[in-house]
Amino acid sequence: MLNAERKPVTGKKVQLMATCLCDAIYADVAKATVEVLEHAGCTIDFPEGQTCCGQPAFNGGDWTAARKVVRHAVRTFTGGDPVILPSGSCAAMMFHGASLAFEHEPDLAEVEALGRRTWELMDFLVNGLGVTSWPGRFPAKIALHRACHTRGTGSIAATLTLLRSIQGVEVVEFGEVEQCCGFGGTFSVSFPNVSTAMGDLKLEHIRAAKPDLLASVDMSCMMHLSGRAAHEGHPIKTMHVAQVLRDAMKNT
Amino acid sequence: MAKQLIDQFAAALPADKRASVYQSTKSTHEKRTKMLFDQFAEPNRLRSLAGGIKQHVLEHLDTLLPEVEAKLQANGAKVHWAATAEAACAAVLGIMQARGATKMVKAKTMVSEEIELAHFLEKHGIEALETDLGEFIVQIDHDHPSHIVRPIIHKNRREIATSFEKHGLGAYNDDPQTITRRAREFLRQKYLQADVGLTGANFVSVESGRLVLVTNEGNSRFSLAAPKVHIALVGIEKLVPRDRDLGLLLNLLARSATAQQLTVYTEFISGPKSATQPDGPEEMHVIFVDNGRSEVLASECREILRCIRCGACMNVCPVYRQASGHAYRTVYPGPVGAVLSPLLAGKKFPELADLPKASSLCGACNEVCPVDIPIPDLLLRLRDKGKREGAPLAAAGTPPMGAWALLATQPTAWKAALFGGKIINYLPTKLLPIPPLRAWEDTRDLPEWKGGEFRKWMKGRGKS
Repeated sequence: MLNAERKPVTGKKVQLMATCLCDAIYADVAKATVEVLEHAGCTIDFPEGQTCCGQPAFNGGDWTAARKVVRHAVRTFTGGDPVILPSGSCAAMMFHGASLAFEHEPDLAEVEALGRRTWELMDFLVNGLGVTSWPGRFPAKIALHRACHTRGTGSIAATLTLLRSIQGVEVVEFGEVEQCCGFGGTFSVSFPNVSTAMGDLKLEHIRAAKPDLLASVDMSCMMHLSGRAAHEGHPIKTMHVAQVLRDAMKNT
Repeated sequence: MAKQLIDQFAAALPADKRASVYQSTKSTHEKRTKMLFDQFAEPNRLRSLAGGIKQHVLEHLDTLLPEVEAKLQANGAKVHWAATAEAACAAVLGIMQARGATKMVKAKTMVSEEIELAHFLEKHGIEALETDLGEFIVQIDHDHPSHIVRPIIHKNRREIATSFEKHGLGAYNDDPQTITRRAREFLRQKYLQADVGLTGANFVSVESGRLVLVTNEGNSRFSLAAPKVHIALVGIEKLVPRDRDLGLLLNLLARSATAQQLTVYTEFISGPKSATQPDGPEEMHVIFVDNGRSEVLASECREILRCIRCGACMNVCPVYRQASGHAYRTVYPGPVGAVLSPLLAGKKFPELADLPKASSLCGACNEVCPVDIPIPDLLLRLRDKGKREGAPLAAAGTPPMGAWALLATQPTAWKAALFGGKIINYLPTKLLPIPPLRAWEDTRDLPEWKGGEFRKWMKGRGKS
């Protein structure tokens, strides 16, 4: 497990890291995250100074730039409360990637401490708070994309637990779920041919399962897949799992 | 924006080649996974245990290598040390010349590809014939392997039939059984004529000095049946501490490589022919090859030397499946190659600095690796190395991050950019000459910019 050594959750005060993608593009996903966390009884602190987890530079190979952004996150998310992100990818940057980039830095311990209290939202709800079912109705066939940065974490099992507990939800399986959608951050623009071909394969498998919508715990994958589908003239409906949970609980 | 070589190679790859690479890798990967999870309760714990054994070897090579040397010598083998590819080739040539040998049959060994042994020997008037069917086809075609386990994964049987006809191995016939029979007939004669049989070694046990060889064609056994001399080329990382470690590693190797419980032939070789044995090589030479491995061992990517060459990472890799092995321009393709090849290149690292970028960092390679190598972490470390060393191929195609980092450390500027970014919703983005934007929009639509909307909503809630 990538995030096995985690600080136990004791209270219900959390800090929200909205992620730069939701800050800039998927505003409703961040809103849904707030409502879902509040429904689970959490009080939310949203540090205004937050920007990004540093992953774009880290994956792009510019670790000097990445460290600056990680240090900014360390300065912004102070205290000991859990930090919750509506993204498996950004969470993995915080609890795994950042430690790699700081191996030889004097402030490694602070970076690791922040990582140990960082959670992807679904993982936090189920494995942090112990939520095992979600209220409401959401009548839809949902294809769940296994975002790659949830490998080795509890996120996918947690997501399936919650989705399957919602009345009306049918999770449909599709081929090659372990394969990447092709986004990969800067990879999507530095390897556009391979990235697009990977997206097409993923879309082919998803369409064959005939879901009503495609859901994920990472909007970056959804941005790539829905952008590709729309470009081809066959748009698909995508949602973050937090939006499904929010819509379900409002439909009791 | 400069294009990535591997991405360009993938785009230019003929559709039938891509289809054959994709189908073959997908099918092997799926069989591998089913077999491991059907037959073992906790395959991931086995991978982790195997990784631990190989990591132990790497961390104790300084004492294990002298130990295995003594054991091999006690078993009657001669041990040679080759620091470089040139030294390894020279050692092979020296052994052959000392016996006046001119003909070699070769079993499949990646390290011989790495040091380009066959070309070297040919230049010195020595026939070095590949006996693995795939490698044999690569050799008669003057081609290169494109997969470490299936060297001709990029070829179809029609191409092979054409090559056989051109090489005088019978009239065109693309029936796989006919192709195999013809190769077998040709090779049988060569086994009998050869002076030297050359093999690699999948493992060498320090405890017993046994060399372990796995094949499915039996060609390594044939290569050691008639020739009087056996030469084994072995990377210095190939050791296992004890014979009993082989139980775990062989079980994982065959399942990971070809979805077999065990390869058809597994040989344990503990020395040359003894006085009481009627047949077998009279001389056995083991050449331990470094060729850059010590430097890899000293680097922060040493885990890559755990690799047991099963090819599972390339089978599952979405980039390998799209681009094929030749896209990587080196002997070791795919995820393991994207780490190992630039490192083994030493001073020529900048020439391969783009390889670590040929990954979406999806982590599938680590998930299937029988020795649990954290390949994505190593790819990332090499990206950092490429950037620090200013390798132009490392920078090619990647948007610069300095300005972004500056923005991401100043909240006021960040918030202004969030609101200001909305302009992108009104701009004719398809006309803007911004390379990353072009690369995105050529195949994908842009989402609508909603910068700052969430922050506004969050603040509004606080007031109510």
